Amino acid sequence: MTTITTTAASPGMRRRAASFLHRHAGVRLSLLLSAPLAWLGLAYLGALAALLVTAFWSTDVFTGDVVKVFTWANFTDLVTGEVYRTVALRSLGVAAAVTLIDLVVAFPMAFAMAKLASPRAQRWLVIAVLTPLWASYLVKAYAWRVMLSSDGLLGWGYGLTATVVTLSYLWLPYMILPIYAGLERLPNSLLDAAGDLGARGWRTFRTVVWPLTFPAAVAGSIFTFSLSLGDYITVKIVGGKTQLIGNVVYDNIGAANNLPFAAAVATVPVVIMLVYLAAVRRTGALENL
Amino acid sequence: MNLSRTSRTLLRAALVAGLAVVYVPLAVVLLNSFNSDRTFSWPPAGFTLRWWSAAWGSAGLRDALWTSVQAGLGATVIALVLGTMAAFAVQRYRFFGRETVSLVIVLPIALPGIVTGIALSNTFHTVLGLPLGLLTVIVGHATFCVVTVYNNVLARLRRMGLNLEEASADLGADTFTTFRLVTFPMMRSALLAGGLLAFALSFDEIIVTTFTAGAGVRTLPIWIFENLFRPNQAPVVNVVAAALILLSVIPIYLAQRLSGGDPQTH
Amino acid sequence: MRSPRPRFARPSLVVTAALALAAVAGCGGGSSPATGGSGAAPGGGAFTPPKIEALKSLGAGEGQVNLVAWAGYAEDGSNDPKVDWVHPFEKATGCTVNTKTAGTSDEMVNLMKTGEYDAVSASGDASLRLIASGTVAPVNTDLVPNYKDVFEGLKLKPWNSVNGVPYGIPHGRGANLLMWRTDTVKPAPDSWGVVFDPASPYKGKVTAYDSPIYIADAALYLMSAKPELGIKDPYALDDKQLQAAVDLLKQQKQNVGEYWSDYTKAVQSFKSGDTAVGTTWQVIANLVEADKAPVETALPKEGSTGWSDTWMVAAKAKHPNCAYKWLDWIISPKANAQVAEWFGEAPSNAKACAETSDKSFCDTYHATDEEYFSKVHYWTTPIAQCLDGRTDVTCTDYSEWTRAWTEIKG
Repeated sequence: MTTITTTAASPGMRRRAASFLHRHAGVRLSLLLSAPLAWLGLAYLGALAALLVTAFWSTDVFTGDVVKVFTWANFTDLVTGEVYRTVALRSLGVAAAVTLIDLVVAFPMAFAMAKLASPRAQRWLVIAVLTPLWASYLVKAYAWRVMLSSDGLLGWGYGLTATVVTLSYLWLPYMILPIYAGLERLPNSLLDAAGDLGARGWRTFRTVVWPLTFPAAVAGSIFTFSLSLGDYITVKIVGGKTQLIGNVVYDNIGAANNLPFAAAVATVPVVIMLVYLAAVRRTGALENL
Repeated sequence: MNLSRTSRTLLRAALVAGLAVVYVPLAVVLLNSFNSDRTFSWPPAGFTLRWWSAAWGSAGLRDALWTSVQAGLGATVIALVLGTMAAFAVQRYRFFGRETVSLVIVLPIALPGIVTGIALSNTFHTVLGLPLGLLTVIVGHATFCVVTVYNNVLARLRRMGLNLEEASADLGADTFTTFRLVTFPMMRSALLAGGLLAFALSFDEIIVTTFTAGAGVRTLPIWIFENLFRPNQAPVVNVVAAALILLSVIPIYLAQRLSGGDPQTH
Repeated sequence: MRSPRPRFARPSLVVTAALALAAVAGCGGGSSPATGGSGAAPGGGAFTPPKIEALKSLGAGEGQVNLVAWAGYAEDGSNDPKVDWVHPFEKATGCTVNTKTAGTSDEMVNLMKTGEYDAVSASGDASLRLIASGTVAPVNTDLVPNYKDVFEGLKLKPWNSVNGVPYGIPHGRGANLLMWRTDTVKPAPDSWGVVFDPASPYKGKVTAYDSPIYIADAALYLMSAKPELGIKDPYALDDKQLQAAVDLLKQQKQNVGEYWSDYTKAVQSFKSGDTAVGTTWQVIANLVEADKAPVETALPKEGSTGWSDTWMVAAKAKHPNCAYKWLDWIISPKANAQVAEWFGEAPSNAKACAETSDKSFCDTYHATDEEYFSKVHYWTTPIAQCLDGRTDVTCTDYSEWTRAWTEIKG
């Protein structure tokens, strides 16, 4: 694209800078990328790398200082200790269960919001879904504790099930919103066309709606999965005597002052999430967040 | 759309039921803020406004609220800038490692909060020797808030296309003017939506904040966490939550209203 | 933080310094104990603290004092306008108080090592580390007039003194008690055996404190239940003894409904009947009773674990005079009564009992009952040097206890 410059005598600094930028896409790109990449790429990834390095160190037992000598001890303990395997699998299970429940609950809701509600109603519905996000996470968890206690509204008691239910509740809006956005983008004409071709409700869903909103659903699942995987607060509030991997990390940092081991344990959810993200990249979910 | 009547009714019912389930615990919170029993037992023992007046008078609460607002605003501003820049880069250009940028931006929110928290804390304190305080909280929050702005702006840019910007350039506006007068107004609502979500994320965040705040900085979630354990203060926490729920409708509503107000792109 | 006891695994927020500062190897004064040989001697039962002089005489106040304290220890009215003993202190002495609230003992140790603070309210585990690393100086108790009224049972204890030299001023104390619902648990138990009973009739309704330090409670029970193990100090456990405690706790887990680490959880649990029996604090018992639930508490015959915090003065305090004034203030009858009531613990000053707003406060908290507290084993961090003086074995340290606790919870 050419810039038609005006016939002003000598373009000022700003004008020169603007034209320079306009002509050199590469410079524009690097300027745009510099700050975000420095922040997230260098700083954040650097912080993660530093943490990983710590996982290979150990703590002096008496002084509590970190001994910066390379050792596999933390990872050996992690891998050989049966309890860590159990806790990791349990956390994985919880995260998967929460994601599944949220998916099943959120989809019909999002569908009704996107396709069956009037535009005006849609706006209010989105507000209705977003508002609970502002009520403190802690208070919501405690409200569930109250409801689940034996003389509460529901009285189901605490434990793993209670944890799954509460986590599903807490992250539901994070699943509804991306799916709603995805369904909104789905043209009604496609659904009509499917109907014209003879597909009824369920068939349309299975062959048209689901494949097209799959990326959005996966996007939502990233949130629910990750938030559940690392959570240590909710399980302390409604989990009874259960513990998840977040608790193991937390206990080792604070109480035991054993950052190297905590870092080693922390690599477990990190690895899981990286694998998950790699798997979902292909589905295009990352664009739907 | 040919959904049978039953399907429609069922779906609508699912929506209503879902929303009801979402709001019941919030109603419990609201009720408990008037509950004269300090430990939230059910059914509520009695009705009292004591907690609401205690909340009003609590200086600790006001400070925590202000700290949270500051942290939220700081994080949102940074997230807006970084997220927009990254979105422009990814959407408008083709370059090596484009997909990785998306991944890296998502990472802070995809990884468990505790990992982000201890990584950042370790870096601040050990590697950089920075004292932990409000600044480190803002940095921590901004890191995972970037993604919300990024996604909103990205989605908007995808819809926007380049036509209007090219037209503006054809008419003689330089890069900066085009951005100011054409691009920015078209993106306003995306920025607002992203910014609002970023603020909400930061406002309610506790895990990363725990690790980046140090001992002196108290955001609202931290204050809540501390006071949930004090028998005399715990009900005040309910008041805070109830107030937040009621008040939050305003900014959300505004954001929704304004989303419809962008200049149309075609 | 209000909840007084869960220093070890309290869901506390300010964990940052703990982890980060621990990772600072050799930063500042971090690893000084080992240098010069005057620090803690590994393998020895006791240790020789570095030679530091206590303040000789009290001068004029410096106008300011920087404290590291547990939440609730230095209230200035910002949480409840009626709960304020800081402003009266500032008025009386002209020393402005700046308090840094810490969440864990580790954090306190690390904060004190920065040299920025003048005084700290240290728990039994932190205090020894502070002494060993030369971070705190001995306290000249002659300069603290109210010290003479402190209960004898708190003076010159293993966690606040070394070789007869006092390193701090006792703040208060409390015991972990056994609580039970009188409508479900019959007959009234008098032993910790009721929570460790494998065939417990209260399956699913037992509660225990959610922290590795609870292992000491199991060890305490084993001291009388299995004397052949030879446990003398529940915080000094060698591998065999630790394993025995762990096995006991794993067995207990079958009957546990919930592990608790904060007030409202425990209170609510007992009130609703979700929990019928288990470890508790006096303040929790008070709240449950105030809300009309039928419970009783007792200090079981085996004794109990407990805690006692100590105010200590930094070796390199920039405001030592104001620090001493604070120490004297916080154990003065009125202030000590106020903090004990706010916090929920027994005051350290005998005269504080006359100043409490609840006249039976001291009785409820057994403040003057030395016999009661003689059965309390105050919290101390387990370290490799056996705290009971044994030199032929290495004892297990807190990080091992934490791993064990993870294993127990499964």
